[in-house]
Amino acid sequence: MIQKNIQLDSQGRLRHLLTIEGLKRQMLMDIFDTAESLISVAGQSVKKVPILRGKTIVNLFFEDSTRTLTTFELAAKRLSADVLKINVRTSSNSKGENLLDMLRNLEAMHCDMFVVRHAESGAAHLIASHVAPHISVVNAGDGRHAHPTQALLDMFTIRRHKGEFAPLTVAIVGDIMHSRVARSQIHALTTLGVSELRVVAPKTLIPPKVDSLGVHVYHDMEEGIEDADVVIVLRLQKERMLGAMLPSEHEYFNCYGLTSEKLKAAKPDAIVMHPGPINRNVEIDSEVADGPQSVILEQVTNGIAVRMAVMSMVLGRPTMGNPTTGVDD
Amino acid sequence: MRIKITGGRLIDPFNELDKVQDLYIEDGKILARGQAPEDFVADEEINAKNQIVCPGLVDLRARLREPGFTHKGTVASETRAAVRGGITSLCCPPDTNPVIDTPAVVELIHQLAEKSGMAKVYPLGALTQGLEGHQLSEMNELQIAGCVGVSNDTAAVSTDVMRRAMEYATSLGLTVYLHAKDHGLSNGGYVHEGVVSVRLGLPGIPETAETIAVARDLQLIELTDIDAHFCQLSTASAVKMIARSQYDGAPVTADVTAHHLFLTELDIGYFNTQCHVQPPLRTERDRDALREALVNGTISAICSDHQPHDIDAKLAPFTSSEPGISALETLLPLTLRLVEEDVLSLSDALARITVLPANILGIDAGTIHVGAIADICIFDPESYWELNHDTITSFGKNTPFLGWDLKGRVTNTISNGRIVFQMEPGVIKNKALQVYEEVTP
Repeated sequence: MIQKNIQLDSQGRLRHLLTIEGLKRQMLMDIFDTAESLISVAGQSVKKVPILRGKTIVNLFFEDSTRTLTTFELAAKRLSADVLKINVRTSSNSKGENLLDMLRNLEAMHCDMFVVRHAESGAAHLIASHVAPHISVVNAGDGRHAHPTQALLDMFTIRRHKGEFAPLTVAIVGDIMHSRVARSQIHALTTLGVSELRVVAPKTLIPPKVDSLGVHVYHDMEEGIEDADVVIVLRLQKERMLGAMLPSEHEYFNCYGLTSEKLKAAKPDAIVMHPGPINRNVEIDSEVADGPQSVILEQVTNGIAVRMAVMSMVLGRPTMGNPTTGVDD
Repeated sequence: MRIKITGGRLIDPFNELDKVQDLYIEDGKILARGQAPEDFVADEEINAKNQIVCPGLVDLRARLREPGFTHKGTVASETRAAVRGGITSLCCPPDTNPVIDTPAVVELIHQLAEKSGMAKVYPLGALTQGLEGHQLSEMNELQIAGCVGVSNDTAAVSTDVMRRAMEYATSLGLTVYLHAKDHGLSNGGYVHEGVVSVRLGLPGIPETAETIAVARDLQLIELTDIDAHFCQLSTASAVKMIARSQYDGAPVTADVTAHHLFLTELDIGYFNTQCHVQPPLRTERDRDALREALVNGTISAICSDHQPHDIDAKLAPFTSSEPGISALETLLPLTLRLVEEDVLSLSDALARITVLPANILGIDAGTIHVGAIADICIFDPESYWELNHDTITSFGKNTPFLGWDLKGRVTNTISNGRIVFQMEPGVIKNKALQVYEEVTP
């Protein structure tokens, strides 16, 4: 059965951003170009553009987050949108209110966009397939499934440093199994067409059939990052020690922690990335995290521009919502 | 009540019967075939011209949701849905609330089923008290109350308790119904561990969760020398293991759900919760192996594994949604689709939903020889209909087959010689668009 890609509107434009899977290369490039044009806003004395004036964006977070929530909020504010934050753990959800009932209520308040973070895979798809036609949904992380804006900001960061994607070798190191960031990065990197994409981790943290996504699997760290142009290190959750996935943080650091010694296997001009927040001396040595090859803080800065780009493209589609006329289709 | 069914094509797989013949029913039994008995005056005559007359269907596993979950269905609502699907006998698993581990619950279900007067209900008793896997249930009491077998459903049983439970059940001559699932390996999983689980980031259930459990149970069956039935196999490897043990002479049988014969993990698409089932939908290779096993007899029955739900049960993120399909009314059309796809002959297909499951349950059903109980299903094999909220009788509208054009529609169902469901042809324009309207019998 062929399912319609609910992310796109009838004219093929981005209506929701739920996953990178199924998006065209050109669409990703358009997002990067838009982000590039918006990056200067942060340097202005008045850090605002009126692109989304009069629009209401609701940050609907069913799971704790500091960085993602903050950057989404900043991005929306810099676009002049009104922003509402609902931390659902403390709201009516704990009173047993049905997820979709709550959405109906929010819809009745005439919101334009939901930015959704949820602990379960597929939550953003569920919400997107039930919202009213004039509302857009941006996935800010759902379970282990996807975190598309994180992947986009990572790609944007890579593009700013490396220019072209085609010649690159990229290695993603760490807990691929439980990582929505890794899944979105994999879809983005294969869509953008890097020459080689590798995942590096012990077998317990590599999901079976991951090769079906177009990646090469390595269990040895130095082999895995050899001659890489980009090394992406993933955060290791402490719970992994409990599920018999790993013996200890110490042993993980010895085998898969990125140290300046191990980094020598990569290309001399390789960049080191991490979606944050980092566990120093668990998955990455401080010397590397704070070193010259690290672009970790730059990723955070770029996150605001990329999220601005996504929000403005999704809400600013000409026929549906011209911010100056306010006319919907 | 005397019923005459005229002009239908009689198919009785057990008696290798397939010809156009009239059928005469009296006092709940098949009185005669072909020639009318002397002095037979029908109270009711059913014109079955261009239709197929076969034994009433037997479903090995259908949840009625009562007692305990009446917001999802009741004995009355679901046995009514059953006869609409041509099913006249069904077996319900012990996972009610309270669990079927006392005669009182069995009696309650029997009473409700009798009052409803639709499909006949054969409960399975719990293997262990409360399905908790610790203490054996009073199997003899359950047997006396009318349980046709014992099962711990999908709840975990440790190897030592399973051994004792098997030994005890076989002392009473009870068949043990097994759900092959290693609870450690499937713990926290929702879909087949493979290309879809990795793509969607849904925790997976590996194939080995089934094969390790099948291997264990086959060893225990050999040790305890029992009759056992494996419910709802989902993997090619498990089928192979069971075929091997049948070849070696082990008294084991197996069934498969209709949906595992048509759907694979890929049908989950982007988190379609209607495809959330246990055991999970597997790969195309598994689906093909299940079909093959159905042809060669390793798997002898197709069941609905009916699980009606309220609407909210599926309106949730995949991992919070409840597993199961409302499937009573698609059992026949999906089985007929196997004929359409040249997997089975019509008679062989019908055998797998009539006499073969009846044999597994050890009940007197599934044939239409003279003297047999008159449980009959009459269907129009050429009529197409769309499965949608309006055409589903069950309380549960949860099915991934919504919107499918299904071929083969039940027009009459007779249970114990009584018409319990009937549709009459509406205006005939052309055969494929034959319209039927339900009438109150």
